Amino acid sequence: MRLLTAAGPLLTEHLGAHGELQLADRQQLLEAVEGAGLLGRGGAGFPTARKMRTVAAGSRPVVLANGCEGEPASGKDALLLSRHPHLVLDGLQAAAHAVGAAEAHLALHRGSPALPLVRKAIAERRDRATVTLHEVEPRYVASEESALINHVNTGVAKPVFTPPRPFERGIGRRPTLVNNVETLAHLALIARHGAAWFRAVGDPEEPGTQLFTADGAVVEVPTGTAVRSLLDLRGLQAVLVGGYFGTWVGVAQAQDLVLTHRDLRAAGGALGAGVLVGLPATGCGLVETARVATFLAAENAGQCGPCFNGLPSIAAAVRALALGPWDDRTMTDLDRWLGVLAGRGACRHPDGAVRFVLSALTVFAADVVEHRAGRPCKGVHSAPVLPVPLDGRSWT
Amino acid sequence: MRVRVNPIDCTAHGLCAELLPEWISRDEWGYPVVDSQTLPAQLVKSAKRAAAACPTLALRLQQD
Repeated sequence: MRLLTAAGPLLTEHLGAHGELQLADRQQLLEAVEGAGLLGRGGAGFPTARKMRTVAAGSRPVVLANGCEGEPASGKDALLLSRHPHLVLDGLQAAAHAVGAAEAHLALHRGSPALPLVRKAIAERRDRATVTLHEVEPRYVASEESALINHVNTGVAKPVFTPPRPFERGIGRRPTLVNNVETLAHLALIARHGAAWFRAVGDPEEPGTQLFTADGAVVEVPTGTAVRSLLDLRGLQAVLVGGYFGTWVGVAQAQDLVLTHRDLRAAGGALGAGVLVGLPATGCGLVETARVATFLAAENAGQCGPCFNGLPSIAAAVRALALGPWDDRTMTDLDRWLGVLAGRGACRHPDGAVRFVLSALTVFAADVVEHRAGRPCKGVHSAPVLPVPLDGRSWT
Repeated sequence: MRVRVNPIDCTAHGLCAELLPEWISRDEWGYPVVDSQTLPAQLVKSAKRAAAACPTLALRLQQD
């Protein structure tokens, strides 16, 4: 364990575990991040050093820490912010130093239990770059990076059409480095211990440790860890990997799957923000998928026609497939909708939702046949497994 | 040159699909489905006309 070693959220506890952060020369720090091979931990897995160098080359850059954990099944960012806020804030200062920013921002969900702890942590410190806290509405697409920038600039947490990307033109039209809070926590340790230390564990191409949320529990393990060492696969039929923009993986395939971006891509999935949820053999994958599809449809920003028309249509079709009444002609519609949405929104929300549903139709293909024939599995009556915040609304 | 739609600005008037049917079709809700490949030279003129005709200026031509 590297990130989760402090005994508690206080500055004294942080310093006791990690010591003071001494920031090296800016170029040396950039080289350390590059040498470490740190990839962003927010989901996309982009090389952090490359993003930093682009932003550092711009005029009057800004940094923004993304602590809005939009994935309902993820808990790692909330844990970091509430138990280890100083590690994140160290990382934010290191990032500001590396790109030459005098201004830093930290975005959290409004109402997040971590807010008072983070506020207290900021007040405990004497930081070089000023840190401004932003409370963002807790919606799924609000934590997409262009939506966060939009929130800081205009108060509207909805994605914008890109380019320009945030690293070109972001907060106040200035080049903006947006990093997930876990990425920053790793950065805080790379700034202390260097590239070789960071690379000493994990996958050689995607080094270090990573936080995963497995059935709601947050664990820190080396990258490249096997799914089966984080989840007991006995009694499961499938595993959701990567969150609601990720994919279902059948339990046979999950046996040999290791958690890197490379391996997930090869399996047609996405590592995302490190979410794993096991679906018991007694559950119904189509019901679970219908609930998530309904959530994702409700979470569209209402901006792009293909998304605000397509996602509710897809969700309604998957609900009908899961629970009936099912008209077999709907399958043609569903296939067409799943084929026409990707790449047609301002953000990747429709792409993620489509990928998730497509994986369900593949992994639960045998169930699809039975449900289409009017013989839904017994699992439709099981208690749901995936967390779906619908604000009290019914999903059916 | 490539054709892109700003999906936030687009309100599905459909003029683009009328003026550039070789490259743009419409989905069942009326929103344009655009071929994302490089536009062939003989279509550049029509594409420019389609971009200029879009009532919400949502159709963009981008250099490769």
